[in-house]
Amino acid sequence: METAPTLHANYLTDGFGLKSWLLTKDHKRIAILYLISVSAFFVLGAVFAGLIRLELLTPAGDLVESDVYNKAFTMHGVVMVFFFLIPAIPAVLGNFLVPLQIGARDLAFPRINLLSWYVYVFGGIFTLVALVMGGVDTGWTFYTPYSSAFSNSNVALVVVGIFINGFSSILTGLNFVVTIHKMRAPGMTWFRLPLFIWAHYATALIMILGTPVVAITLVMVGAERVLGLGIFDPKLGGDPVLFQHLFWFYSHPAVYIMILPAMGVMSELVAAFSRKAIFGYQVVAYSSLGIAAVGFLVWGHHMFVSSQSVYAAMAFSLLSYLVAIPSAIKVFNWTATLYKGSISFEAPMIYVFGFIGLFLIGGLTGLFLAALAVDVHVTDTYFVVAHFHYIMVGGTIMMYLGGVHYWWPKIFGRTYPEGLAKVAAVVIFVGFNLTFFPQFIVGYLGMPRRYHAYPPEFQLWNILSSAGAALLAIGYALPSTYLLWSLVKGKPAAPNPWGAKGLEWETPSPPPTHNFTATPVVNEPPYHYAK
Amino acid sequence: MAAAHDIHHPYLQHHFNDLEQQFEASALGMWVFLVTEILFFGGLFTAYMVYRMQYAQAFAEASGHLDIVLGGVNTGVLIGSSLTMAMAVWAAQQGRRRAQVTYLLATIGLGAAFLGIKVVEYSHKFEDGLIPGANFRFDGLDPIHAQLFYSLYFVMTGLHALHMIVGIGIMAVLTWMAWRGRFTSGYHTPVEVSGLYWHFVDIVWIFLFPLLYLIDRHGPGTMH
Amino acid sequence: MATRVDALYFFLVAITAFFTILISAAVIYFAIKYRRKAREEAGESVHGAMWLEATWTIIPLLIVLFIFGWSTTVFFSMARPPADSMDVYVVGKQWMWKFQHPDGHSEVNELHVPVGVNIRLTMTSQDVIHDLYIPDFRVKADVLPGRYTHMWFNATKPGKYRLFCAEYCGTNHSGMGGWVRVMEPADYQKWLAGAMGTGTMAQTGEKLFNDLACSTCHKADTTGRGPTLLGLFGKAVALEGGRAVEADEAYLRESIVNPRAKMVRGFQPLMPTFQGLITEENLLLLIEYIKSLKAVPSNATGIVAVEPADTGTTAAPAKK
Repeated sequence: METAPTLHANYLTDGFGLKSWLLTKDHKRIAILYLISVSAFFVLGAVFAGLIRLELLTPAGDLVESDVYNKAFTMHGVVMVFFFLIPAIPAVLGNFLVPLQIGARDLAFPRINLLSWYVYVFGGIFTLVALVMGGVDTGWTFYTPYSSAFSNSNVALVVVGIFINGFSSILTGLNFVVTIHKMRAPGMTWFRLPLFIWAHYATALIMILGTPVVAITLVMVGAERVLGLGIFDPKLGGDPVLFQHLFWFYSHPAVYIMILPAMGVMSELVAAFSRKAIFGYQVVAYSSLGIAAVGFLVWGHHMFVSSQSVYAAMAFSLLSYLVAIPSAIKVFNWTATLYKGSISFEAPMIYVFGFIGLFLIGGLTGLFLAALAVDVHVTDTYFVVAHFHYIMVGGTIMMYLGGVHYWWPKIFGRTYPEGLAKVAAVVIFVGFNLTFFPQFIVGYLGMPRRYHAYPPEFQLWNILSSAGAALLAIGYALPSTYLLWSLVKGKPAAPNPWGAKGLEWETPSPPPTHNFTATPVVNEPPYHYAK
Repeated sequence: MAAAHDIHHPYLQHHFNDLEQQFEASALGMWVFLVTEILFFGGLFTAYMVYRMQYAQAFAEASGHLDIVLGGVNTGVLIGSSLTMAMAVWAAQQGRRRAQVTYLLATIGLGAAFLGIKVVEYSHKFEDGLIPGANFRFDGLDPIHAQLFYSLYFVMTGLHALHMIVGIGIMAVLTWMAWRGRFTSGYHTPVEVSGLYWHFVDIVWIFLFPLLYLIDRHGPGTMH
Repeated sequence: MATRVDALYFFLVAITAFFTILISAAVIYFAIKYRRKAREEAGESVHGAMWLEATWTIIPLLIVLFIFGWSTTVFFSMARPPADSMDVYVVGKQWMWKFQHPDGHSEVNELHVPVGVNIRLTMTSQDVIHDLYIPDFRVKADVLPGRYTHMWFNATKPGKYRLFCAEYCGTNHSGMGGWVRVMEPADYQKWLAGAMGTGTMAQTGEKLFNDLACSTCHKADTTGRGPTLLGLFGKAVALEGGRAVEADEAYLRESIVNPRAKMVRGFQPLMPTFQGLITEENLLLLIEYIKSLKAVPSNATGIVAVEPADTGTTAAPAKK
């Protein structure tokens, strides 16, 4: 990718050998290492998704054996959640942009940053080895006692893989928190920070506070499975529901690890393509912290039918409604930002419109699941599957792609083909809705999730969903192709092709190794577009 | 902001403006790391609390089979190691090379003593058939939940011991660096930051000891 | 009950549609009205308005609190089985459902119930976590190993309704389903007569009670080495150590598989554990038998294990 000589020396031309990449301490190069590896895991996860949708074309379980199907949806979940969605925006875009946006030369701990990538790859290798040795069939949630005492698959290997991978997340979060606290350029006060930074700060807090809990929980599952130390297995005196509490204490906030950075990207894109300050900047900034804080108190809403007491369920339901408010506030503020803006319609802005639509539906269907009486009916059905895909895929991946397009000229110094990119964004939006909207309906009709075979009355909705998945696959294949093409043939990019505000646009494209030739001094508010 | 006289310090990394910023970043980094460690152990403490409330009687009975003398001695050993660690940091601040090395070696020695005593305790448990699994033997009223206690005991103390081993490794590297004279009164960040880690591991034990060893030692037969 | 859930559901659909259309319309309107007209144009300086922030914080808050109140009300009536319910016992195991009726009928993957009667399910699992789900009745509850969970419904129309396992439980999870057959009372009586039972659950349980030699210690009077079980169910039991516990299904189950965990006051820990020696179905038989032992002996002397059922904690005598 460093073929054509560029006009100025930059981080991409600073050493060409494999060693210069694998031993780099430059946050921008590490971001690209992450870009390559999360993309590989995305493709892997997508293959499993394809297998699932093919099997579900017909009601009978006739394409693959049930064990193969069970492993397919487990690996789809494990790979997509732990190896794609959680690292995607923070480790790629966050890594690249956090120092640039606050005017620093690097993250606080460059060696730990590189270490976090190796830890990620190492954890990934464990998971891949487990896959090659026959996979794992517990579902990504590893519910005990199935995972600890009954499953005959490679639970231990995958658990170790996720445990290791967790430390990559912790180290990234730690690096962000320290960097944002200690490395800001002169004049870059907290309320001059871009909202992308606020979102990453909130995300980093969740990574630091949540990830260790799931790590220790998986250690306990491993100890029970491998060493026979009874902790969750009722036959050994343990309580399987305790596992669920500990697991969701992390895994619900993990949803916010996935969506908060997407919200950060969203704020940047809306501001840039309306050339206007974000409406209610401080409210949006605080709402990120609000989501991170309240997000830790709602884990029990995954367990309304798990025999938890009705009063606990009531408290978790109420708290879940409260966490909906800051998300709603963000949507209102983004919408209001468009008011009296100067709106242009480049590809990243198409993703913004897509995000608003999908996030609205994803968020509002969360109200169904927080409602105790309705949740009893729709939990563990395709309704839930549709809901969290609207948030994680409709929300996070839309903004990941939007962000990748927006900062592509900065990262690689090349422009992508605009027309094709707009087409791809529309195809993804349509394909996504066709895939997942029918799942709300079939879920309400009562189709449970994780079903290899299903009653024939659900077939129509499943065919629609599978057709949508095919369209979605085309949608995702397009950017992968033209973005790679642009690395070689794309026109060289200007330092600030969008006319956007933010310190990252004040350096050349691509940036020099140390980001800024002179330490920038900030003396204006963020998103200072109007004169 | 950048203090010109600091820029050429050999241990100042390029992306920091001055040594002070570098030190503050390292210290904050370690504090944040310790927060993650608290939550890491927190998951175990939560499991312990839930089960202890549910099976108070079984936990009290099972706890009675732990060796309170060895556990008590180990508590003393660890507190002593925290003292020597604090002295090592002080010696580094003073830039006294020989004292640094001495105190670091003492810390390593006390850490190793702790682990040695732990090995003795574990082997007693093995002889007494208190290792959870098919061969678990327990005469009390509720053996299945006594076994639960021992599962948690081994996971909790095992993870703590693992942290001790990592700590001793760090101390060994520090000793070597101190011997080579890397730490001066102007630059001793690694000693300070590692000291924080060492004290944290001690504090975890200060919680583990009463929770595991002393449950039922506050009067005969009482439950609450 | 299903109609109450659906009313709330469609209200939520309406809320979702309203806000999706409202925001989408605003976005489209702004996007067209304020589209960029000149290359170097910038947006106007509008930074926010506190009254707007307050409005769109408070209105959604009121809406969600309203939904919360509504849904919680419905949920509480779903969670509490009415007192006049007909009992059915459920055991889930990889990968089938076993239903036992107190009158002795037992069936696999099919559940016959009369129309218009409150049916209370007491459920447990032999292995991993399952979840019994009957979509048409809008009910679902996890079925856990080592404990009992409950669920109830009242079918209003005769017919055939699907039942599923909704908690992933391994290889054949999607095959772990069947039918609920809701019948007119007359048809139900016919079915009862046609399908031959081997005696009621309590009768079979009594036989088991004798076969397992439970009866050598648990006698009808207070002469046994174990406490008497007459009239035990639903009462408060005083335990060693001063606590008390209600003798519900969970307590009976624990006292059989792990008898020493909660010792009845005044008795020696003599009873062996039945952990691993008795199936979940047989446990339910024993429990149904114990539940059927209604009479309290009037001549009780000496140690009384069974005390009047007031609250669990106040029955405990003061102890330092």
